Amino acid sequence: MNAIVSTVLKRLGLGVITLFVVSLIISLAIELLPGDFCKTQLGQAATPETVAACQRDIGLDRGPVERYVEWLGGIVQGDFGYSLAGAGSLGGSRRSVAELIGPRLLNTLFLAAVAACVAVPLALVLGLLAALYRNSLFDRIVNLVTLTSISAPEFFVAYILMLFLAVKFKVFYALANVSDDTPFLESLARIALPTLTLVLVIVAHMMRMTRAAIINLLSSPYIEMARLKGIAPRRIIVHHALPNAWAPIANVIALNLAYLVVGVVVVEVVFTYPGIGKLMVDAVAFRNMPVVNGCALIFAGTYILMNLIADIVAIVTNPRLLHPR
Amino acid sequence: MTAEAHDTPTAAAALAEHQPIIVRRRLLERAWRELRRAPLSAWFGIIVILIYMFAAIFAPVIAPYSETDTLGGPYEPWSDVYLLGTDQLGHDMLSRLIYGARNTIGIAVLTTVLSFVLGGMLGLAAAVLGGWVDQILGRAVDVLMAIPVLIFALVLLSILGPGILNMILVLAVLDSTRVFRLTRAVAMSVVVLDFVEAAKLQGEKLGWIMTREVLPNILPPLVAEFGLRFCFVFLTISALSFLGLGIQPPTADWGSMVRDNATLINYGDITPLLPAGAIALLTVAVNFVVDWFLHKTSGLRE
Repeated sequence: MNAIVSTVLKRLGLGVITLFVVSLIISLAIELLPGDFCKTQLGQAATPETVAACQRDIGLDRGPVERYVEWLGGIVQGDFGYSLAGAGSLGGSRRSVAELIGPRLLNTLFLAAVAACVAVPLALVLGLLAALYRNSLFDRIVNLVTLTSISAPEFFVAYILMLFLAVKFKVFYALANVSDDTPFLESLARIALPTLTLVLVIVAHMMRMTRAAIINLLSSPYIEMARLKGIAPRRIIVHHALPNAWAPIANVIALNLAYLVVGVVVVEVVFTYPGIGKLMVDAVAFRNMPVVNGCALIFAGTYILMNLIADIVAIVTNPRLLHPR
Repeated sequence: MTAEAHDTPTAAAALAEHQPIIVRRRLLERAWRELRRAPLSAWFGIIVILIYMFAAIFAPVIAPYSETDTLGGPYEPWSDVYLLGTDQLGHDMLSRLIYGARNTIGIAVLTTVLSFVLGGMLGLAAAVLGGWVDQILGRAVDVLMAIPVLIFALVLLSILGPGILNMILVLAVLDSTRVFRLTRAVAMSVVVLDFVEAAKLQGEKLGWIMTREVLPNILPPLVAEFGLRFCFVFLTISALSFLGLGIQPPTADWGSMVRDNATLINYGDITPLLPAGAIALLTVAVNFVVDWFLHKTSGLRE
């Protein structure tokens, strides 16, 4: 038990260090900005005061070390700085990044959670079936379909769904514009298409990985031994294979949830869903650095966390990894 | 005996003269034999890739109009004059689709090659040198890989500003981390072999060991990886262009074509799906070929 705790703690520490370095990279990258960035960004409306305010917001008026320490200190307290949008006018119309991100992060998490709830069970069942009946017609068809849907860009899948399910046959909403006061059931209906898109993409990945993990397991000697002893196939799967399959399966789930984090960006833009992905893309187009950095840090943090969970689950459920040589 | 001794040099000379030809013919024959036994999916993939290459190379010959000329009104429907209609600025859709093959694929190939040169070189160096070089490169790559490529690319592009050159450089560097990982892993099992040791003792330079001793032995997995990385880079470039941060107008590009014409979807028009479908079809084709190639070179992979 002690070994588990120390290994998990070690991984956690490693994750925190990674996140720390990531924040360092994001902060240092600002050094690459051209010196007159604020002036060109604000354009005609720029007065010396607004330019100074903008430089203060990005931290261009300080040295890299000082800026980083201040930025990190703010983030630890939940303060991501101020958005540059509206920085041209000095009247306090500007909003803090945390205020911008907050509700949108919730929206994104909502979308991702709904997608995950549908995708995970579906992918596991399909993967298990494909592994059990491998090289059958079913397996080949599923293999072909998933390979195709992995290869297609997300926006292709999204627009096809939109064309057929929202325009030709008006089954779902074409745009997922929800707001805070949209009732729960209606927002579920509104995000049906983005959810479906994400599910299609994720299921393909997850199913292929599940299939590979199970096949890998079924080819191990102890399963063959059980088979040779004449144990029924169902019993082999449930009692012999499944206990050892949890680790790879959990790993697959966590990795794909991490993938979901990225997939969400494009899907949100297609369906104009007010999530953090769309916020980030809009901010990048306007080179709104404080917002971009805040979003990037949250995305990176989620991604690192998911990979960390995958790692930890793999360690905890696998005795061989628990006692590394 | 004497006759034989007399004969040998000329025979050897003749053999040496013919050998390259024989070897080459054998290689072609073997490739053809493999191809004939290739599954239908691989054939499909190869044919699709060839068609795309043809379109990319001969774009100015095939395309009915130029990629940037404004010809008609915006969003004209399919007709005899404009086979696939016109886009939001009145450019001929079909012509832009054909030129898009050239631009989008060209940029993706360039980025992948850059990423392989960078990642492959560093990976080989890390494997051959080992020690602190390996440690430092390994940790740096670990950190870079902790951020999703698309998110990292968005951050860097917002700082450097959107544009083709910036996108190529950013993606090449980010993607090279994946190449580094693979190259280092497969090279590790080769550098411990005796002939590499011998070359080191012989005093061969690092460059020689990397390219002449190790590289030929790890080529098959790298070739397969090239296909997969190309797909990934191609999809990422399309995504960035779709988000408006990659290839900029007026250059024809499939990702931004989808974005610019997306409104047509609301009227039940499938035209905006064509460039997206073109992207999907190529990635599927490359994946099919890579699948078959992996199957061939690594025996059964499951």
